[in-house]
Amino acid sequence: MKNSTIAAIATAQGEGGIGVIRISGDDAFTVADKIFFNINGRKLADMKGYSAAFGKVVSDGEEIDEAVALVFKAPHSYTGEDVVEISCHGGVYLTKQVLRSVLDAGAVPAQAGEFTKRAFLNGKIDLTEAEAVIDLISAKSRSAARAALFVKDGALRRRIDGVKESLLAQVAHLSAWADYPEEDIAEVTDLDIIDTCENAITVLSNLLSTYDCGQAVKQGIDTVIAGRPNVGKSTLMNLLSGYEKSIVTDIPGTTRDIVEDTVILGDVILRLSDTAGLRDTADTVEKIGVDRAKQRLKQCGLLLAVFDNNSKLSENDIELIESAEDVPAIAVINKTDLQQNIDIEFIKSKISYVVYISAISGEGREELTKAVEKIAGTANLNPSEGILSNERQRIAVANALKSVQEAKQAMEIGLTYDAITVSLEDAITELLELTGESTSDEVVDRVFHNFCVGK
Amino acid sequence: MIYNAGEYDVAVIGAGHAGIEAALASARLGCKTAIFTINMDAVGNCPCNPSIGGTAKGHLVREIDALGGEMGKTADECFLQSRMLNRGKGPAVHSLRAQIDRRKYSSVMKHKIELQKNLDLRQAEITDIKIDDDGTYLLTTRMLAVFKCKAVVIATGTYLGGKIFVGEVSYESGPDGIFPATFLGRSLKDLGLPLRRFKTGTPARVLRSSIDFSELEVQKGDEPPQPFSYETESLGDNKIDCHISWTNENTKQIILENIHRSPLYAGKIEGVGPRYCPSFEDKIMRFKDKPRHQLFIEPCGLDTEEMYMQGMSSSLPEEVQLKFYRTIKGLENCLIMRPAYAIEYDCVDPLAMNATLEFKDFPNLYGAGQFNGSSGYEEAAAQGLVAGINAALKVLGREQVVFTRANSYIGTLVDDLVTKGANEPYRMMTSRSEYRLVLRQDNADERLTPLGYEIGLISEERYNKFLEKQELKKAERKRLEKTVISPSKEVNQILVSHETSEINSGVHLIDLIKRPQLDYKCLAEIDKDRPDLDPNIFEQVEVEVKYEGYIQKQLKQVEQMKRLENRLLPADFDYKNIKGLRLEAQEKLNKIKPLNIGQASRISGVSPADISVLLIYMAQNRQA
Repeated sequence: MKNSTIAAIATAQGEGGIGVIRISGDDAFTVADKIFFNINGRKLADMKGYSAAFGKVVSDGEEIDEAVALVFKAPHSYTGEDVVEISCHGGVYLTKQVLRSVLDAGAVPAQAGEFTKRAFLNGKIDLTEAEAVIDLISAKSRSAARAALFVKDGALRRRIDGVKESLLAQVAHLSAWADYPEEDIAEVTDLDIIDTCENAITVLSNLLSTYDCGQAVKQGIDTVIAGRPNVGKSTLMNLLSGYEKSIVTDIPGTTRDIVEDTVILGDVILRLSDTAGLRDTADTVEKIGVDRAKQRLKQCGLLLAVFDNNSKLSENDIELIESAEDVPAIAVINKTDLQQNIDIEFIKSKISYVVYISAISGEGREELTKAVEKIAGTANLNPSEGILSNERQRIAVANALKSVQEAKQAMEIGLTYDAITVSLEDAITELLELTGESTSDEVVDRVFHNFCVGK
Repeated sequence: MIYNAGEYDVAVIGAGHAGIEAALASARLGCKTAIFTINMDAVGNCPCNPSIGGTAKGHLVREIDALGGEMGKTADECFLQSRMLNRGKGPAVHSLRAQIDRRKYSSVMKHKIELQKNLDLRQAEITDIKIDDDGTYLLTTRMLAVFKCKAVVIATGTYLGGKIFVGEVSYESGPDGIFPATFLGRSLKDLGLPLRRFKTGTPARVLRSSIDFSELEVQKGDEPPQPFSYETESLGDNKIDCHISWTNENTKQIILENIHRSPLYAGKIEGVGPRYCPSFEDKIMRFKDKPRHQLFIEPCGLDTEEMYMQGMSSSLPEEVQLKFYRTIKGLENCLIMRPAYAIEYDCVDPLAMNATLEFKDFPNLYGAGQFNGSSGYEEAAAQGLVAGINAALKVLGREQVVFTRANSYIGTLVDDLVTKGANEPYRMMTSRSEYRLVLRQDNADERLTPLGYEIGLISEERYNKFLEKQELKKAERKRLEKTVISPSKEVNQILVSHETSEINSGVHLIDLIKRPQLDYKCLAEIDKDRPDLDPNIFEQVEVEVKYEGYIQKQLKQVEQMKRLENRLLPADFDYKNIKGLRLEAQEKLNKIKPLNIGQASRISGVSPADISVLLIYMAQNRQA
């Protein structure tokens, strides 16, 4: 069976200085040779594996870019097939144009996760590796990368194995006791079972609660920067994201809509929304912005409430302080370079985390980072303990937990041990599934569904 | 001189528990059948222990009966004492066990075979098996008779290359001093069957009058005792008691002092023994901290004084056996009539068979029982039934029957053997079934009698009776749903006396049955209009009501597994062609050639990742 030749952009779109287009399949060289012209005239198909060529990418007879082509020969490539990677100058438009010419030359667009799927099929990686690769791909921060690596190395597995072992021991005891009624095997007692169940429930619940931290590490926390107009929200955002995204002026009401960006603060990814200043306004457009900001505020995972150190608390400030009581929040006191006129004790009485920064000089960033890590739960999150990092893992643990709870309930209402054993076995099956010791269609489907194109 | 002795549709080699069910099934399905035994007085022999059933084994006997097999009925006819094990541990693990009269069992079985139409019982040692040019099998006997047979079931038990060990003494022998089959093994090897050696054993038999029962704990049967067979109306009373005693520190000392004389520990036995019924010296060596072990003293029959010492299997020298038996309370002056022994025998790697118990490389050749690597009368009979049915159906040109993990312990047993193989003699256990709340001993008829009828082993009359019972069961369930119990002083008194809450308004009877503290029995006074039905109907209804949630859940799991089992794998596929499979998986899959993804997923050495590869590969090929 001949494999179709697939192609896709392998670098994150819109980021980085270069864009890489990966072509994989039996016709990878033929396709690439149609659009890439080596400066020394040599065909890619004639080159050795692990070699590079410099040349031009031509589409419809027109030169569209200068590029470097890397040649990998099967099976010594990521996918185990013939692979060409064309590195062109970055930028969404140019990268897409090169991809289009590759597709015009006979490749088909790669499905999500297809490169890794082929790598997997060709024996280059196994299922657990594949999943960790998924996490590596989407892990944008150091901590996420670290946690993903630990899952692969078995930190999560060790933690799950602990529960699995105790459940297995309990079920083994129950089975022996049922299958060998005439051997003198110690009676299984209600207390034993309830003990095992409770321990398992504790560990599994804890694991589940790490999922949110894990998610914070991996996908980021939905973070809203809010505050009265001109307290310096946009300045803060720009400080965090490192370049100017919001339009910063000193005219109040400059930020009219929600501007979004993703930044890394310590070990945590913050998906920042800079919102329109909270003030009563007659300007219709700005009013929509303000309403949207208020709405966003209620749903956020973290609120950075910005206050002006130099001014007294206004009505809008107090309103913001009140809404901060309902969500995880940090009071960010800006303009510490100016004189303190703000009622800091009142803020402290309402918001547990207060940090001082000078957005302009960059002072206080450390302090803010620590507060964010504490709130995200990542301050105490040791990735080497193993955390749940994707939805499949979460569901398996949740199901296992449900089964153990079911077993415990059955105990409490006085059902017989055979039914309890079945529930405990269900829990074990779920945990085995999690550590990859048994499987079903859905696992694979979900694994590859979650996959991004490229490595 | 070799002479031509005739032709058969199906020939069964061996008349133990596997051979008997195979031969009876084949003959009853209309095939001209022969069953060969080395010794006419060893048909249906019970050389290991004088009981039938036990945990999970009781399930097998019920299933065999529900399919029209013979073991349950004969056990009922020969029963001495019957007990439902695991009462109180839940319906999934209830298992029936009966002490039987072992000589009677043997003669009743022999007589049934003799009376069976289409079936010839012959005393002959089969020494050679060859494939004729037309694909039929030629069986040669020690007397040089040659039988031409369309299909053959091998059920040689412990006779094939049998060798007995008692301390330093060892000799070629089948069980109970009957001579072994010494030639057939060579012939099977020449044919190309993968043989290996397993080991099992049995305790001593002790003279009843030499035992002091006065201080031993008595174990009585259930009142009233329950039969195995759905067709047995009543068993009558229990006829015997069993007794329980314990070993002690002295027993242990004697074992430890003499362990070097055990052929197993001296390295003379190459066969692999089971972990679950180890010899007594194994128990001592492996569980050194355990101060004492239990043993059961069971009569071997009504007209014999031989007593069976369950738990005291051994291959130590005779004089050491006597010494350690005599340390046990009640056995201080015991006389050993037959010594305990270990027996080693040839059996086949069951991975060479598919789920019909036919050899993959030898059409029309089937295997059953200990020959397939199992242990136990019940496991043997179950496989005998499967092999006999399929051998007959094959000859008749009918479709083969595969029993599944979802419909029976029989299916679980066969699937385990042919998918996972057996590294030690395989014993059935309730924990081997993932669907055990569905596969109960009480509902074996519901699960299998329609199939038995379809195959042709259940008579029209029995089937109609079964249908009638199902109707009654349905009606009884409906009655529970409709009957309303009103609160009254009397009702609430009964409820409170069973430690469950009172009722304030009318409740349906079914909701009372659902309460774990209540059952049919204790609701009798409240449930005044209860019809007079077969107790088995009440049992089934009660379990189904009480465990409804669990049963539904397991049925859902059955459905999920069916989806995997519906994804068939080609029989002629070379798994080496799938690069993503690990080497071990490629080899295992090529060896076992699973019928479907479900079976593949149960092969040890095939990881979930390998199954994913298979699924993806199949999906890709479908698209291509």
